[in-house]
Amino acid sequence: MEWETVIGLEIHAQLATRSKIFSAAPTAYGAEPNTQACAVDLGLPGVLPVLNKEVVRMAAKFGLAIGANVSRRSVFARKNYFYPDLPKGYQISQFELPIVEGGHIEIELENGETKTIGVTRAHLEEDAGKSLHEDFHGMTGIDLNRAGTPLLEIVSEPEMNSAEEAVAYMKKIHSLVQYLEICDGNMQEGSFRCDANVSVRPKGQKELGTRAELKNINSFRFVEKAINIEIERQIDVIEDGGKVMQETRLYDSDRNETRSMRSKEEANDYRYFPDPDLLPVEMDDSFIEEVRKSLPELPAQKKQRFISDFGLGAYDADVLTSSRELADYYEAVATASGGQSKLAANWVTGELTAMLNKENKEITESPVSPEMLGGLLQRIADNTISGKIAKTIFEAMWNGEGDADSIIEKKGLKQITDTGAIEKIIDDILANSPSQLEEYRAGKEKLFGYFVGQAMKATKGKANPAQVNQILKSKLKG
Amino acid sequence: MALGSDEVKKIAHLARLEISDADVPEYAKNLSNILDFVEQMNSVDTSDVAPMAHPLELPQRLRADEATEENQRELFQSVAPQVEAGLFLVPKVIE
Amino acid sequence: MHTKTIVDLSSGLKEGAFSSEELVQHFLKRIDQLDPDLNSFITVTGEQALAAAHEADQKIKAGGAGPLTGIPFAHKDIFCTKGVRTSCGSRMLDNFIAPYNAGVTEKMQQAGAIMLGKTNMDEFAMGSSNETSYYGPVKNPWGDNLVPGGSSGGSASAVAARLSPASTGTDTGGSIRQPAALCGITGIKPTYGRVSRYGMIAFASSLDQGGPMARTAEDAALVLQTMAGFDERDSTCVDQPVPDYTASLNDSIQGLKIGLPKEYFGEGLDANVARTIDEAIAEYRKLGAEVVDISLPNSKLAAPAYYVVAPAECSSNLSRMDGVRFGHRCKDPVDLEDLYKRSRGEGFGEEVKRRILIGAYALSAGYYDAYYLKAQQIRRLISDDFKKAFEQVDVIMSPTAPTTAFGLGEKTKDPITMYLSDIYTIAVNLAGLPGMSVPAGFVNELPVGLQIIGNYFDEARLLNVAHQYQQVTDWHTRIPKGFE
Repeated sequence: MEWETVIGLEIHAQLATRSKIFSAAPTAYGAEPNTQACAVDLGLPGVLPVLNKEVVRMAAKFGLAIGANVSRRSVFARKNYFYPDLPKGYQISQFELPIVEGGHIEIELENGETKTIGVTRAHLEEDAGKSLHEDFHGMTGIDLNRAGTPLLEIVSEPEMNSAEEAVAYMKKIHSLVQYLEICDGNMQEGSFRCDANVSVRPKGQKELGTRAELKNINSFRFVEKAINIEIERQIDVIEDGGKVMQETRLYDSDRNETRSMRSKEEANDYRYFPDPDLLPVEMDDSFIEEVRKSLPELPAQKKQRFISDFGLGAYDADVLTSSRELADYYEAVATASGGQSKLAANWVTGELTAMLNKENKEITESPVSPEMLGGLLQRIADNTISGKIAKTIFEAMWNGEGDADSIIEKKGLKQITDTGAIEKIIDDILANSPSQLEEYRAGKEKLFGYFVGQAMKATKGKANPAQVNQILKSKLKG
Repeated sequence: MALGSDEVKKIAHLARLEISDADVPEYAKNLSNILDFVEQMNSVDTSDVAPMAHPLELPQRLRADEATEENQRELFQSVAPQVEAGLFLVPKVIE
Repeated sequence: MHTKTIVDLSSGLKEGAFSSEELVQHFLKRIDQLDPDLNSFITVTGEQALAAAHEADQKIKAGGAGPLTGIPFAHKDIFCTKGVRTSCGSRMLDNFIAPYNAGVTEKMQQAGAIMLGKTNMDEFAMGSSNETSYYGPVKNPWGDNLVPGGSSGGSASAVAARLSPASTGTDTGGSIRQPAALCGITGIKPTYGRVSRYGMIAFASSLDQGGPMARTAEDAALVLQTMAGFDERDSTCVDQPVPDYTASLNDSIQGLKIGLPKEYFGEGLDANVARTIDEAIAEYRKLGAEVVDISLPNSKLAAPAYYVVAPAECSSNLSRMDGVRFGHRCKDPVDLEDLYKRSRGEGFGEEVKRRILIGAYALSAGYYDAYYLKAQQIRRLISDDFKKAFEQVDVIMSPTAPTTAFGLGEKTKDPITMYLSDIYTIAVNLAGLPGMSVPAGFVNELPVGLQIIGNYFDEARLLNVAHQYQQVTDWHTRIPKGFE
């Protein structure tokens, strides 16, 4: 039977505020246990939550960026359950009236088409603390530093049909929240994490299959692997005559398998009700307008601009706008190169990205600044150097040997464009290669490459390749 | 609405309250009486009435994003039943 | 000294007739002698009180004293007091030394008032007789084996017995007004949001409100003046200036429109209490007030709705009491579930457990609409009833409680009977309105309270209306036998 996969994602993005969502405790990562948990975060008796304005602004920013309805009135509710990392015995979240409703994200498929994924809602909530399972005389230690950190939970429609689509969607959101500067996107530290609802159904069937929820997956690679392994598992279960259970499952990356988390399942009657300690959050038009004005250029807009202003293809434009830093870098290169926008795109997505990947560096850590790279591209454009020599110079710049012009100067890499000089070199080569010349003229045309190679060798690669080709052609004709 | 013993036990579990088996019937009786009492609410039709969660018709006040709370771990943990290395200890949590 | 009002004590202090230290010593001595029988205090903070009194005396000498500087009072044990046990009447918090002060605690401290100790109360403020306290029942000074009412029973009993000139209380469904009525003192529950709830251990967050309990309306005005006001740590606290409550006390009430809701004078009301209230109303007519009959048609639904809303909120509010970060923890828990269940099972008393169970049930899947949502709709109806009434009248008057103080153990067997002792006070909390109870006479030598309900933030008028009545009556000056 042919199966169709249906995936919906719940992404938790930690909002990059200074203080927590309902208290004035700091949110910095990595502090000593419980040193950033104030009375409110600890849920001590009598203390009360007060909402952080920045959190509301950030949620509104996200809502506007995905074309959603930013709720004029939203309500915080309590989600009641007992767990040691949940100090109050309830999580303050939003249930019936979330702060953002609707909206959509466009992803690029492998075949070059775009697909629109709906966002059902995004709501604000507080994060829980952490349980540490190292042995304290057989007990678990609770660190509540993370408790009360603001989260934006972004819930998608079940509209993705493969792990690849899910990853593409997740990457788009990941990029967007960083563009908006509302989340640092750090997946190792858990600032951006994801639950995936996965189900399968026979192709053509209308109703959704029973779904399993894969919890807390914290890398793009694991999302892809976890979903794929879960799809396989579900198909196996059904094909063996079994039924998929609606349950929460944990992805074990060491074993590449998902397994049931029954312990979290049994009491899922959350008894949501409006939090009586908090009043409805209201946003008026002027607040929303102010937020709208603060929006940066968004990835989709930037991509369109790169296509129209820089003449880039959709693929390159998409890659270059995948992060705000990369896009900024590219634009700076394009400017510094004196308008060599396509060449700049090739170099940024090619040579530069390869070096960054090789040395595991972020674009912001590139030892070659956009100005330096732009300067190099200018020299290619004005024929001072060939593309091949440019790669040597780029490596030298990467290794801190200075900018393009000084390296060209120091190493004598300036391209030979003097027609007379090239003619003389070619004459010498032809004179020194009588047998090859004879064979060529007898019809072995692939020897053309041999003559080019000789010319480049004689000039240490500095001869202008186009000129070499042209002169050789005319000389070989005899 | 009469609550049975099983339901009382179920809610007690949801609320993480230990109630001895011997006390369950008394709870069931009292809770059933309370439910009967509150069900007087059904004497009026409220289908068109907007629920009122709060006496104040005011919006939530918003706080400036400033991290002003200082570390008071020692003070707060002085009232904790069991702490070690700055952590609150609980019986082993199995995930 | 103990028979004097705060107003008199304050001028005595300023005139140097006595010092705050002497005053505090005097009350501490009375507590020492008389409270073992009443049980109105859970914790007495004598040493701290004397030290604070010493400081207050310096301040008075230096001329920087306010109206409460050096005046002793007692806090209901629901307000967090830094460094002092804050038990909320529960075994759960028997070992809880609050690491911070409540907003109200801070304000009283800043005003220079001297805390004598923490008063007994129904466990987590759940009760109408003070019999659910882990620290044992409080007695009503007006009669042997009578309850003082609840949940602020300790605060009411202590003021009535002249163990403290005033006290703080909290009122979720009548917990200031009903014990004030049963103990023959004056108490006011302000408009929801008038007094900070920060550090006031929550029972039902959308209903709880702190307020003063004193002997006279004038004293209550002075204490409320200090308790009220904005606190940025409480999202539900209203940022609105506090009027000068004493300034309008002597305003004439000529032409005041008093509404008498017929639903508050019907079935369930003790005939003698009814007659006493009638006499109080007659007194108001003499003062020039106009009395009109009104209707609050949904009144009978207030208690049923309240016993859904309050338990629902409390079931969630009390979830933080889990034996992990503070409070009672059971011995040798075998696993997490055992830790939760036994710590909570041992830490909470029966009435608290009942309410948690009812609340959890009312919120659970499949029942939410029928109970919690329905109760919220009823709440709207009740609030609308009051809105309509206040288009017609300035204040509403009724009995505070349907009977005078009842016997210890008389209503503990049947929760519903107990719940009915709050039928006249509950609606005010659901609507969030201010309400007051004023001594209005006696039935069989037991005090009766007159309830005065005002419009939102109209506390000044309530205090004025009460004060005017106290100028022509002396019920509020009566002292129970044995406490003169």
